[in-house]
Amino acid sequence: MARYILNRIIGVIVVLFIVATVVFVIVRVTPGDPAAVMLGPDATAADIADLRIRLGLNQPIPVQYLYFMGGLLRGDLGQSIFLNEPVLTALGQRAEPTFFLTIFSILIACAIALPVGILSAYKRGSVFDQVVTTLAMLSASIPSFWLGLVFIEFFAVKLGWFPTSGYGGPGDSFLSRMHHLVQPAVTLGLVNSALIIRFVRASMLDVLGDDYVRTARSKGMGEARVVLKHALKNALIPILTVIGLTTALLISGAIVTETVFGLPGVGSLIVSAVTRRDYPVIQGALLVIAALYVLINFAIDMLYLVVDPRVSY
Amino acid sequence: MAAVASSPAAYGGASFLGLLVRRKTVLFGAIILIVVVAAALLSPWIAPYAPAKLSLANRLKPPSAQHLFGTDDFGRDVFSRVIVAGRTSLTVGFSVVIVSTVLGVILGLLAGFFRRLDGPIARVIDAMMAFPDILLAISLVAALGPSASNVILALGIVYAPRLARIIRASTLVIRELPYVEAARALGVSTPRIMANHVLRNLASPILVQGTFIFANAMLAEAGLSFLGVGVAPSTPTWGTMISQGRQFMDSAGWIMMFPGLAVVLSVLSLQLVGDGLRDMLDPRLSKDL
Repeated sequence: MARYILNRIIGVIVVLFIVATVVFVIVRVTPGDPAAVMLGPDATAADIADLRIRLGLNQPIPVQYLYFMGGLLRGDLGQSIFLNEPVLTALGQRAEPTFFLTIFSILIACAIALPVGILSAYKRGSVFDQVVTTLAMLSASIPSFWLGLVFIEFFAVKLGWFPTSGYGGPGDSFLSRMHHLVQPAVTLGLVNSALIIRFVRASMLDVLGDDYVRTARSKGMGEARVVLKHALKNALIPILTVIGLTTALLISGAIVTETVFGLPGVGSLIVSAVTRRDYPVIQGALLVIAALYVLINFAIDMLYLVVDPRVSY
Repeated sequence: MAAVASSPAAYGGASFLGLLVRRKTVLFGAIILIVVVAAALLSPWIAPYAPAKLSLANRLKPPSAQHLFGTDDFGRDVFSRVIVAGRTSLTVGFSVVIVSTVLGVILGLLAGFFRRLDGPIARVIDAMMAFPDILLAISLVAALGPSASNVILALGIVYAPRLARIIRASTLVIRELPYVEAARALGVSTPRIMANHVLRNLASPILVQGTFIFANAMLAEAGLSFLGVGVAPSTPTWGTMISQGRQFMDSAGWIMMFPGLAVVLSVLSLQLVGDGLRDMLDPRLSKDL
């Protein structure tokens, strides 16, 4: 077991190392001189040369790579060109809306997907099941930004229940900020519940036919207990896996959704960095998000050990 | 889903009806898909107006008999623009399937066939899968420059690892099958074994995954164009149309409503067809999703 955990940790470190390398490569495939691209057509040759030195672009690629990796080990993601602050600070300042948006959307997605998926598997083949399966597929087909716009039009503009955009003023209370998050979180949660519903349904179907479920029933145990205690517990592993995978989808969705709802989060930071060609910010954000994804999925792997006593490596 | 299909008893009385409804949804998907593709292919002949024709007298007109989907802020016919934009959106989606399939098949076959390459390729695939699709695509487009071909290349790179992983797993199994061993014993060259014996057996998972990549690529392209980091805003795609219609959401909601519905219908039809194909071609796979 300790050996398995150690192996997994080494695996995670290797993947993180490759992730960092991929990020390094992506930013350097820019055709032409990145410094010239960042500063735009009006920049003077002296400005460009200056930025090249600041970013270390005047060094040979292998040296740049060593500097980049060395910086990462010290927790230095570089300096934003337009915000004039360290990338890590910029990311930190915008982490709150993205963090709560992601958490709320996962909660909403699970709150929809778990009961619906379980019931749909339990009543497999029924009209309810057919409707759910079709609706799940429909919601997976809706672009989250478009659904967000439709929600804004209906719930914010027509009904006035929620603010149309933003995250409240600087002095606003926590509750008011969360109120701003309701619509974006519901949008993302709805769109992402589809995949979880399908997984919950499939993995419940797998276990509902198993012997121990029949045994539990023949003991005279109530249906609710059979399904929730015996079946669900055994179906949890694939469900946990898909929730882990969904976080990646949620982060993707958050980038677009934040733009729609004008939330000052990491997603909006990335989009503005892309339009301003602020490469250090793009590089840092890409790295942090991919690393988070790897770590979340590692944590979920470790959770298996807790959830399922049979899993012992 | 395979569990259901393979054990009719589990369905009970609903078995026949259930299967029938299921087939109907696939049929429904196929019909929508055919209509969408036909409309896009035939757009120059079907479109009632030239998609770029300005008519300031007809600005922001709601849907009517003359303009089925209304007109936009330049008086352009939204219906004509939606079907012409569909051409670009579908072309981008389909090209992404081609690019990611070529990359994914090469990587997957190499990893599955040559033990020495397996470790490194599998690690790179793991690392690539750690990037959320839109995020990786925007970064690539930011680096390469926004254009339709770079969007295709970026999304192709984004989805290739997903396919490579499936190809690798299947190749690992097929490699050990008796007929591959027999071919090897007969002295058939490795590339030939890969093409004739392995790749041919991978056709159905590739087809099934291709449909889902198509669906995802269309969603992603719409998202990228909406963010202004995809296809140039002057080219009508469903994403750019939604993005431009956004400012008239209150007064002329139809401008963004119809391209959005077009995305939903196309993606839904692709998913329905993909689901049907999966159940038909590869019952083992259908349990995974």
